[in-house]
Amino acid sequence: MTARLDARPKRNHQDLVSMLGKQAKVLYPPAIALLIFLVIWQVFTSLPGATLPTPIQTVEETWELIVNPFFDNGGNDKGLFWQVFTSLQRVALGYTLAAIVGIGLGILIGTSTFMFRALDPIFQVLRTVPPLAWLPISLAAFQQANPSAIFVIFITAIWPIIINTAEGVRQIPQDYNNVARVLRLSRTEYFFKILMPATVPYIFTGLKIGIGLSWLAIVAAEMLIGGVGIGFFIWDAWNSSRISDIIIAIIYVGLVGLLLDWLISQIAKLVVPEEQKQG
Amino acid sequence: MQTLNTTELNINPPLNHDPYLVIDNVSKAYPTPDGAYVVLNGINLTVHEGEFICLIGHSGCGKSTLLDMVSGFRKPTEGEVRLQTKRITEPGPDRMVVFQNYSLLPWMTAYENIYLGVKSVFPDKPEAEKRAIVRDHLALVGLSDAADKKPKELSGGMKQRVCIARALALRPQVLILDEPFGALDPITREELQEELLKIWTDHRVTVLMITHDIDEALFLGDRLVMMTNGPAAQIGEILNIPFPRPRNRTRLMEDPHYYDLRNHALDFLYRRFAHDDA
Repeated sequence: MTARLDARPKRNHQDLVSMLGKQAKVLYPPAIALLIFLVIWQVFTSLPGATLPTPIQTVEETWELIVNPFFDNGGNDKGLFWQVFTSLQRVALGYTLAAIVGIGLGILIGTSTFMFRALDPIFQVLRTVPPLAWLPISLAAFQQANPSAIFVIFITAIWPIIINTAEGVRQIPQDYNNVARVLRLSRTEYFFKILMPATVPYIFTGLKIGIGLSWLAIVAAEMLIGGVGIGFFIWDAWNSSRISDIIIAIIYVGLVGLLLDWLISQIAKLVVPEEQKQG
Repeated sequence: MQTLNTTELNINPPLNHDPYLVIDNVSKAYPTPDGAYVVLNGINLTVHEGEFICLIGHSGCGKSTLLDMVSGFRKPTEGEVRLQTKRITEPGPDRMVVFQNYSLLPWMTAYENIYLGVKSVFPDKPEAEKRAIVRDHLALVGLSDAADKKPKELSGGMKQRVCIARALALRPQVLILDEPFGALDPITREELQEELLKIWTDHRVTVLMITHDIDEALFLGDRLVMMTNGPAAQIGEILNIPFPRPRNRTRLMEDPHYYDLRNHALDFLYRRFAHDDA
């Protein structure tokens, strides 16, 4: 995993041309698909009685929002960057807590049959609870909007992290455990040299599902709690009939979600041992 | 044949005649809904220090189960296994196992795989000595140049060499090999057999090895333990292999006595205890 930079082949001119050719093959299909989508959208929203704006209208009406994501007029009247940034802060906090607690609990129930028997049934019930169902109870508990939203993120993201981590621990090949037993490895040694490297791909599977769910949950939760945040921005736009704003915010939400997913994949690439990569 | 008088031929007498490893009336049964399923029934075997024992038998006869009770991964239902009069209850580095499927940790280099064991078993040795042990044993199996390679960059034969080096680096009293060369091509297998024999000659470690290959057993072993078919497998016969050491494969093949032994073993496996599907 280290010192791979020098291993990268030097590209000459010829390679660059063929690389651009390959890039084009990858870029054309989605570009064409997007164009067709926009055309269909334009056609349907141009029909008489259409309720949604056309793509051109959308861009016209939200031009200020698109070109100026950083404005801040105080209160809720902030640019999209600040809306998304606030949501991301909540996600970062809730998700980090979920990752720490989730990996810990996952290892606990993965290594101990007793703890697995004790806790797994509870987890199986709780994990099916929809994220927003947690909001009223957390509002009741925390009495404040922001901690409640963070708790909803936490409780939404934690289940896939726990379940995948535990699965990873249980999937450690018996051979490796036999090696650990015959060498009489200490607990710390076993943890860092066998358990973690063997489990880390599963942990990242959980983390990746978790980040997706967090982002789903925060948008929904913010609609209810109000204040700054991309979720409430959408709800606010709906209440003021700014449909174009909703559309632009949805695109933002999608792109940020994709970015979060990409970010976790990048971290996984750095952390997961080369030999343990799946797929 | 069972009572071949080997004293005048055997130039490698046991280091001492006290029993070293004793498998004492060991039986192993697993509970099933229809009552106990007996895998092994009343196994008795006494191994002397420095002996090379080969085990042969059809698949399912419980050879691996027997060795698992020596390594301590399983416990006998009846009887016990003792090493130097001490009852074996759990796995430990005094009985190192070379597993059939190598079981090297894929995220560690050959060096790190061996070092992990050395560090765990000799925590009090100075760092320089631990490193020297790892390097010496990599050299012993001819893999000094592959020290920094990960298992996936190594061939099957090289992986098995690392495994043997890892086992020997811990100075085990008993080396347990479960069909170590079964997955290798014939040429690599012969190479590794010779290397193992050389290492055994130099280290005089006590070896228990499962094999499917009669020629391998006759080339390597002092005694060949032949097991009857399961369930409730027993030791059918123990064959003394009296060829002088150091052994030379070609000379061995020319020895008429070699074929007597070979035919006797074949007769045991394929006539007297032929497998149902064989």
